[in-house]
Amino acid sequence: MNLFPRWRSHLESFCIPVGALLVALLLFGGLCALEGYNPLAVYSAIYQAAFGSWFAWQNTLLRAAPLMLSALCTVLPARLGLIVIGNEGALVLGGLLAAMTGVWWVSAPPLLGLLAMAIAGILAGGLWIMLIGALRHFRGVNETISSLLMNYLAIAFLSHMVEGPWRDPSSLNQPSTFPLPDALQLGNLPPSRIHYGLLYGLVACAIAHLLIQRTTFGFAVRTVGGNRRAARIVGLATGKLTLAICFLAGSCAGLAGMVEVAAVHGRANGALNANYGYSSILVAFVAKQNPLTVILVAILLGGILASGSLLQRALEMPDATVMVLQGLIFLVILYSESLYDRLPWFREPPQLEDEAARGMPPPVLAAATAKPPLPSGDLHR
Amino acid sequence: MPSPPRFPLSRRHMIRGLLAAGAFGATSQFWTACSSDSTADPEATEPTAAAATDEPLVIGILYVGPKDDYGWNQAHAEGAAGIMSLPGIKVVEEANVPETAAAAETMRSMIVQDGATVLFPTSFGYFDPHILALAEEFPEVQFLHCGTLFEEGKHPNNVGSYFGFIDEAYYVAGIAAAHASKTGQTGFVMAKPIPRIVRTLNSWMLGAQSVNPEATTQLIVTGEWSDPVKEAEAVNSMADQGIDVITCNVDNAKVVMETAEKRGIFCSGNGVNQAAVAPKGYLTGAEWDWTGVYTSYATMIQAGKTLMNGGIPHLFLGGLSDNFVKLSPYGAPVSEAAKAEAEQAKAGLIDGSLVVYTGEMKDNTGATVIPAGTEYKPGNPELEKMDWLVEGVIGEITG
Repeated sequence: MNLFPRWRSHLESFCIPVGALLVALLLFGGLCALEGYNPLAVYSAIYQAAFGSWFAWQNTLLRAAPLMLSALCTVLPARLGLIVIGNEGALVLGGLLAAMTGVWWVSAPPLLGLLAMAIAGILAGGLWIMLIGALRHFRGVNETISSLLMNYLAIAFLSHMVEGPWRDPSSLNQPSTFPLPDALQLGNLPPSRIHYGLLYGLVACAIAHLLIQRTTFGFAVRTVGGNRRAARIVGLATGKLTLAICFLAGSCAGLAGMVEVAAVHGRANGALNANYGYSSILVAFVAKQNPLTVILVAILLGGILASGSLLQRALEMPDATVMVLQGLIFLVILYSESLYDRLPWFREPPQLEDEAARGMPPPVLAAATAKPPLPSGDLHR
Repeated sequence: MPSPPRFPLSRRHMIRGLLAAGAFGATSQFWTACSSDSTADPEATEPTAAAATDEPLVIGILYVGPKDDYGWNQAHAEGAAGIMSLPGIKVVEEANVPETAAAAETMRSMIVQDGATVLFPTSFGYFDPHILALAEEFPEVQFLHCGTLFEEGKHPNNVGSYFGFIDEAYYVAGIAAAHASKTGQTGFVMAKPIPRIVRTLNSWMLGAQSVNPEATTQLIVTGEWSDPVKEAEAVNSMADQGIDVITCNVDNAKVVMETAEKRGIFCSGNGVNQAAVAPKGYLTGAEWDWTGVYTSYATMIQAGKTLMNGGIPHLFLGGLSDNFVKLSPYGAPVSEAAKAEAEQAKAGLIDGSLVVYTGEMKDNTGATVIPAGTEYKPGNPELEKMDWLVEGVIGEITG
């Protein structure tokens, strides 16, 4: 028996992204050479800065942590066929509300206090994105536009509250909320300087994967994502599913905000609006809206960001260099999407001999089913 | 086939919920144990502080935006460029460092990988928590932060603040503006109504009033450090109202200057010299002069002085007299009379005979903010919490 009946397709989904990465690096090296930098030195610096040592790995993972949680805000609704890009707004609101929960409940025992902060962040982010889902479902408002615009509302709300009603009067030139007590700050994973946000990100991605792939809820979501009308005809409650998935999505971004506040800033202020939400949209799309791939892509992006630092300091390249690299990688990866099922080498063979040997249905039928059915709910196929 | 109800809780749902809650709980168990012991990184706590005599002094500089932004970051980058050529000094720079964990990572990398022993993180938001946390972790590295946030006794001994009284330069620029203005109306585009920015507006207004007591300043707050669209809209609407001189205090003044030039009105710069963007209407500008500041720091440190041994003051402040700030060269529209008066005020500010904030002073609601007979010299803590707009300013801020 063949243990890996679809090994070619598995190999394809491994080789194409890796090949795209290599092509992007080659292009980037070419650009560096044109600008008079030694591409090999650039590659080596990127590797050293991103993955070359435990020091570099911690740097990379720290930068990747908020991206994982926040990318789920785009990934989950995408499985239902919605393109939601309200990550930044949900993150900012989650962070603000989490910080205020901590400030209001200063005397809380650490565990309860942090739990309350997490719940506040989850609720704030979740309800925010659920509102977008509701607008979409009940009023037919385009969710992409509304989520984008609601980002601005959320950021304006953050600025207003930290510069007005919720401002710590002693934060003169850096308007902020009152600081969180030390007991309500998230610590680091023991042997490192990476905070718990990374763990939350990993756990959330794993839960999201199980939820989408292994539960009836996930199956219903994918069905709606595949064909909304058909799903409605078979009796799926598309409205409830939309609201639920949007809430879950927003709650992930809200939790990311809570982690930023509790692990990094120790208060909420304008620094919360650091574009993690926008970067994570990129992560979600490159990960092809797959929660497990999100982990890898977030680490890759974290590594790229980390290497931007060394490129500036060691090779004195301009600060936009890392943006060029990031742009090239993502462009090439997105382009490579169009290569699936096109490269002859990765096509499944017609399986004639196998079928004949097992006395299975005649070759005509086998050829017709040779191409495996595509997984539903995948936006890019 | 009767489909089971989808949402009511079943045993399976409960188990799943418990698993999810357990996952959160399990991860949260750790933090109570380890939040207290700080992150002592054994390989990182020994940076190259050995300071061998022939090794260069490595200085790390962080910018929050690009180094050529026609404003805040460019002013610092120009200052850094000024000390790069000094003997025995190596500068490592990084631009576009957000005020997040990335700032801490960059500073850490500069210390551990590049051997930096002096850091100049130049954005306000780097201070708390990033600088404070790293300063405790690397007690032999000096963190010199641009701002006035250092507080004696509260913050680590290896942290210091430096800042310039740029409002003095705004005062002089206000004089030039009032001379150039025909309508007596000036405009001010402000990023955020925080004390150090409000103070530049008030000084500008007082400078203008010293020439024309009837002068007014229209204030428009954009709310963002950099928001080119709102800045351009602000200038356009002020030009429509008949305002004929505009200045600003935003991260990069380029858009304000360009728009003013396009509308054919005068402008006065902020941060760096913007004469190139507005060749016709540029009067002068309040510029930072960080080269001098960074050079004095470098000289002090090379002479063996540190924050820790008390050789370097923790608060290093100055104005026109100490070359922390300067004025752009006067543009063509500035008359000889205006130049003479501006230079006279500048000399007064430098020798201390002219004090801008002298009582009795009223705010624009009529309340007395500085009682008669009181004067606040630069560096007075009262000025650090300025939340009022001086008489003549049209607009309001929420404190």
